[in-house]
Amino acid sequence: MPPLLEVKDLHTEFRTGAGIVRAVDGISYTVEPGETVAIVGESGSGKSVGALSVLRLIPDPPGRITGGEIRFAGRDILQLSDAEMRAVRGGDIGMVFQEPMTSLNPVLTIGRQITETLEQHRGMNVAAARNRAIELLGLVGIADAARRLKQYPHQLSGGMRQRIMIAIALACDPKLIIADEPTTALDVTIQAQILELMKDLTRRLNVALIIITHNLGVVARYANRVNVMYAGRLVESGPAAAVYHNPRHPYTMALLRSVPRLDRPRQERLDPVEGQPPDLTRLDAGCAFRPRCRFAVEACAGTRPSLTATGDAGHLAACFQSHAIVRETGEAA
Amino acid sequence: MSAAGRPLLEVKGLRMHFPITEGIVARKLVGEVKAIDGIDFAVRRGETLGLVGESGCGKTTTGRCILRLERPTAGEIYYDGVDIARMERKELRSLRRRIQVIFQDPYSSLNPRMKVGEIIAEPIKVHGIESDAAKRSTRVRELLAVCGLNPRFADRYPHEMSGGQRQRVGIARALALNPEFIVCDEAVSALDVSIQAQVVNLLEDLREQFGLTYLFIAHDLSVVRHLCQRVAVMYLGRIVELADSDELFGNPLHPYTQALLAAVPVPDPSVEAHRTFRPVQGEVPSPINPPSGCVFHPRCPMAVDNCKQGRPKLREVRPGHFVACSEVH
Repeated sequence: MPPLLEVKDLHTEFRTGAGIVRAVDGISYTVEPGETVAIVGESGSGKSVGALSVLRLIPDPPGRITGGEIRFAGRDILQLSDAEMRAVRGGDIGMVFQEPMTSLNPVLTIGRQITETLEQHRGMNVAAARNRAIELLGLVGIADAARRLKQYPHQLSGGMRQRIMIAIALACDPKLIIADEPTTALDVTIQAQILELMKDLTRRLNVALIIITHNLGVVARYANRVNVMYAGRLVESGPAAAVYHNPRHPYTMALLRSVPRLDRPRQERLDPVEGQPPDLTRLDAGCAFRPRCRFAVEACAGTRPSLTATGDAGHLAACFQSHAIVRETGEAA
Repeated sequence: MSAAGRPLLEVKGLRMHFPITEGIVARKLVGEVKAIDGIDFAVRRGETLGLVGESGCGKTTTGRCILRLERPTAGEIYYDGVDIARMERKELRSLRRRIQVIFQDPYSSLNPRMKVGEIIAEPIKVHGIESDAAKRSTRVRELLAVCGLNPRFADRYPHEMSGGQRQRVGIARALALNPEFIVCDEAVSALDVSIQAQVVNLLEDLREQFGLTYLFIAHDLSVVRHLCQRVAVMYLGRIVELADSDELFGNPLHPYTQALLAAVPVPDPSVEAHRTFRPVQGEVPSPINPPSGCVFHPRCPMAVDNCKQGRPKLREVRPGHFVACSEVH
């Protein structure tokens, strides 16, 4: 069976005053039906732009998808007309964004925002859409649905608003949900509620989930597979357990080592990733992580390494020095 | 008590209530936001006390009261033995040299129109410590170097720097007056994961080098555990638990602290695969109308009828371990 989503060599650029920024510079990955894939990276790594490209939500100008292919359920997203694309967004692909206050319309009731989706995509009449909206609120754990439907976003808490966003994303029985930092703006106890809810619902309804996050704990708990991004490229990709236990890229390894962990004895000192994040307008031909990498050799300056198999099933890394890292993590274990 | 044994900062019965008014001409008081509702704690010289809790728990307001950016509604704040809670503007000037702050957002806390050198020199100028421009500039370069930045950065503008570098500028500015006490309000929260550890290490180095005392306000529990000797957990304007860091994280007693710790996922898929937990239900109630009795009782898995009446006092249940819960014995 072909994957649900297949992204091939995707390029997305932004034209800025400082030059062309290749925010996404040739990434390829797949998402299977029902699985949860995390895209991890720091600000500016291209993780959000990559996901927004799948929905063709890149503002043009200044942005533009300049190359690649995005196949979703057998169709090439980049070839669809605007009308066909509108049917995909909110239809087969649901979206949950970081800031529920800005992604909900402040002058429409919650009820209207859910039923609008159903009327647009599924052609439901008012009564049917309302019944489905009540059902959806129940699904996302909101009690007293009839009253909530009449409320406006500002009358709800942040966690409640994010539940509404999830209800809207699920409204048309999507095959895939793209969640861009869905809990970053929320408190940790509410974050746990929302993520457990998303995990439970995506499993029960067999919806695939792309979760974009910078939180390594969230990835560990909720993702089947992980894609690590750095400076617009995928530097490592694989099953979550493999990537966490045997990282094959120096960036992934350094990132995992830099976070203090509650389940381990307190360290004397943290082990940071040295240096600064790259300036995307000034990248050279070599590996973008090279200036911060302690494994760097001469070859790293010549070309950017591409994502290649590491030997473990489905585990890929973009590093000429993968073998050196294997030696080190092997020794540590 | 001798000055040596006395805590550097002592907060007693601190309350900060913000009025809610209605009407444009005749303002009528219709309620109060009880941002801080009676808290007591002390910070010892040279230690880092963590203040954790979720948004709206009052941790930032507590920091602002200590910095005297707010005038508390009630209570005392003893800094080095002197109550600063009621001090007037003039008296506060000398205090500000001793207590400084590092803010969360390195983007909005630096003036975009000023060069980095001017930003760091400003407190030195304002407090009239060094009137000679050349000497000020030497001092700025020194401070930049101490914070791990190239002294040449003095001539740059904040927008030319990354988030981590900007936060180092914010730290250099806080150090400019040689303070004893620094309130770090979510000082590493806005930084990328790879940069966070750099800044945490810097804060630790500076604490050692200059004998600083920190109040570290944060919501990231793993960073707090790493950096703090003692930790206070706040919920809805009150302290619910306070203990040594190892004790608090190893043996949390208050049901809220337990819920908070359980909610943090560990960056290890094999650990998470076997870890089951039920997230604490419900959301933080409004501080305008807090629940009666123990403010956590509506969400608490351990709550009994008694919890609805009478506010539990912060009691010392073990040496140095304080809990405000009537069900913990």
